[in-house]
Amino acid sequence: MLREITLGQYYPADSPIHKLDPRTKLFTTMIYIISIFCFKGPVAFAVITAALAMVIYLSKVPFSYMVRGLKTIVFILIFAGILNLFMTPGRELVSFWKLTISYEGAKNASLMLFRMIYLIIGTSVMTLTTTPNQLTDGLEAALKPMKKIKVPVHEIAMMMSIALRFIPILIEETDKIMKAQMARGADFESGGLIKKTKAMIPLLVPLFVSAFRRANDLALAMEARCYSGGEGRTKMLPLKYENRDRITYVISIVYLVAICVLRRFPF
Amino acid sequence: MSLILDNISHIYSRGDAYEKKALDGVSLKIEDGEFIGIIGHTGSGKSTLIQHLNGLLKATEGSIYFNGQDIYDKDYDLRDLRMQVGMVFQYPEHQLFDETVFKDVCFGPRNQGLPEKDVTLRAYEALKNVGLDEKYYDVSPFELSGGQKRRAAIAGVVAMKPQVLVLDEPTAGLDPQGRDEILDMIAENHQRYGNTVILVSHSMEDVAKYVDRIIVMDDGQVRFDGEPKVVFRHYKELEEIGLAAPQVTYLMHDLKNAGYPVSCDATTVDEAKNEIMKMLGRR
Ligand SMILES: Nc1ncnc2c1ncn2[C@@H]1O[C@H](COP(=O)(O)OP(=O)(O)OP(=O)(O)O)[C@@H](O)[C@H]1O
Ligand SMILES: [Mg+2]
Repeated sequence: MLREITLGQYYPADSPIHKLDPRTKLFTTMIYIISIFCFKGPVAFAVITAALAMVIYLSKVPFSYMVRGLKTIVFILIFAGILNLFMTPGRELVSFWKLTISYEGAKNASLMLFRMIYLIIGTSVMTLTTTPNQLTDGLEAALKPMKKIKVPVHEIAMMMSIALRFIPILIEETDKIMKAQMARGADFESGGLIKKTKAMIPLLVPLFVSAFRRANDLALAMEARCYSGGEGRTKMLPLKYENRDRITYVISIVYLVAICVLRRFPF
Repeated sequence: MSLILDNISHIYSRGDAYEKKALDGVSLKIEDGEFIGIIGHTGSGKSTLIQHLNGLLKATEGSIYFNGQDIYDKDYDLRDLRMQVGMVFQYPEHQLFDETVFKDVCFGPRNQGLPEKDVTLRAYEALKNVGLDEKYYDVSPFELSGGQKRRAAIAGVVAMKPQVLVLDEPTAGLDPQGRDEILDMIAENHQRYGNTVILVSHSMEDVAKYVDRIIVMDDGQVRFDGEPKVVFRHYKELEEIGLAAPQVTYLMHDLKNAGYPVSCDATTVDEAKNEIMKMLGRR
C-alpha cells in the first residue's frame, strides 16, 4: 500500500539513456534546466519539446511514470497558474465580473506552467533512469573540486546514498509493522486527531527501534570491513566515459547554443 | 464453520516493471479445528497466501468465505475478521512497542473491546501459555532476548483467542530447544481450545511432527494437499521443487529398498521406531 510513492524512483530498463554515465546525465539535466529558463520564442519551445520527447522515447520508461511525479504538485501548479493569470497587470485580454486577465498574465501563467511541468518531467527522466547509487557516485565526482575548500564531499555522498538506500527499506518496514498491528486490531483510520495520533504509537515505536537497529548494524558492518572514509578508497565500478557520453556532451552543448541563438530572433 | 478460498490470485505492483504474480489460482477449504502446515521454497507465496486469510491483502481475483460470509463484501467488518483470524508474522518480535511486556500483550484484547478485567486475564493466560517467566512481565520488551521477545509477541496474538491462529515461521532463528517449546505450546493450545492452526514452516521435521494436513506451495500454486504421510510419498517431486521429505522418510525408503518389509509411511522418529520394532519383532 505504501509502495506507490515513486517520485525519484528508479525504473529498470535497457536503454541508451540508462547506460549513460551519471555525470553526463547530471550535466545534460543542468543544460536542460538552463534551456527551459532562458529560451524565447515558439521555435525554441518546439526544439525543447522535441528534445524532451526524444529522450523520453529513448529511455523506454512509460510516459505515465514521468507524469506520476506531477500528481504531487498539481495543486501548487494550479494555484500558481491562477495567481499569475489574474494578478499580472497589463493589456486587457478578457474581463468578467471583477477579474481581468491581461495579455501578459496569460503569457506568464502559461510560461510558468510549462516551465514547472517540463522541469519535473525532465528531472524525472534522470532519476528514473539512474540508480540512486549511480546518482550519488556522479554527484561525488562532479563535486570533487569542492574538496579543495574542505567540503566533505565523500561523506556527503555516502550519507546521501545510505539515506536513499534506506527509504524503500523503511517503507517496507512500515508496511509490515502496520499489517502486524492491524492484525492485532489496531485501527489507523477512524477517530479524531488525538485518537489517530495515539494510534500511531504502535507503529512509530517499532519503526524507530528498527531504524536504530539497522543503523547500528550498518555501522558495525562498515567498521568490520575497515571503512575509514573516502581517503584512498577505490570504487568497484569506477565511472568511465564512453563514446556515447562524449556524443551526448557535444549534442547538449550544441542544443544549448541553439537555444541561446534562437533568443536573438523574433520567432 | 470454515474458511474457503476460491480461486485466489494475487499480483503485486500490478501494471509496472515490478509486476509479480505471487498467487495463481489457489483454492482451499480449511475446516474448523484443523492443524495445517504450509511448506514451500522461498518466494513460493506462503506469506502472501496467509495474509489473504485475514484480509490484509486483497486478492486480485477470487473470493474468500469465512464462516459462509464473503469477506470482500462491502459491509463485511474486516476488523472483526482480524480478531478471529489471528496472525503471527515472520519475526513478530519487531512489532513489540509498549513499555512493558504485559502492556504489549494487552494491546490486542483491548482492541477487541473487552472489559479491562478480561483484558488482564487474557494477557496473563497467554503469557503463561507461551511459557514466559513471570519476572519478565513488567520489563520493557526491548530488554528481552530474541527467543523471549518471540514468545511475548506470540502471546500478543494468542491473547486474542482467535478462532484461527496463523503463524508464519514462528521458529525461524531459534535454537532447537526454543523451537520445540514454542511448537509444543502451540500444539498444546490447539488441543486445549480446538482452534484451527495454520503453521508456515521450512522444517519438514516440525511439520511432520505436529500437523495433520500439509499444503505444499510452489510458484504461487498449491502443489500437494493432504496428510503428511501421503504428501511425503511424493518426496521425489518435493525435491524437484526445492523441498525435501523428513529424514526418516528417506531412512524408511532405504530400508525398504534394502529388502526389509517396512512401510514407508513413517514421517516422525517415533513412527519410524515403532515400524522398525514391529519389523524386528515379526522376524
Ligand atoms: N510487497 C511485495 N511487492 C512485490 N512483490 C512481492 C511483495 N511481497 C512478496 N513479493 C513477491 O511475491 C513472491 C512471493 O512472496 P512471499 O513473501 O509470499 O514468499 P514466501 O513463500 O513467504 O517466501 P519465504 O519462505 O522466503 O518467506 C516473491 O517472489 C516475492 O518476491
Ligand atoms: Mg514468507
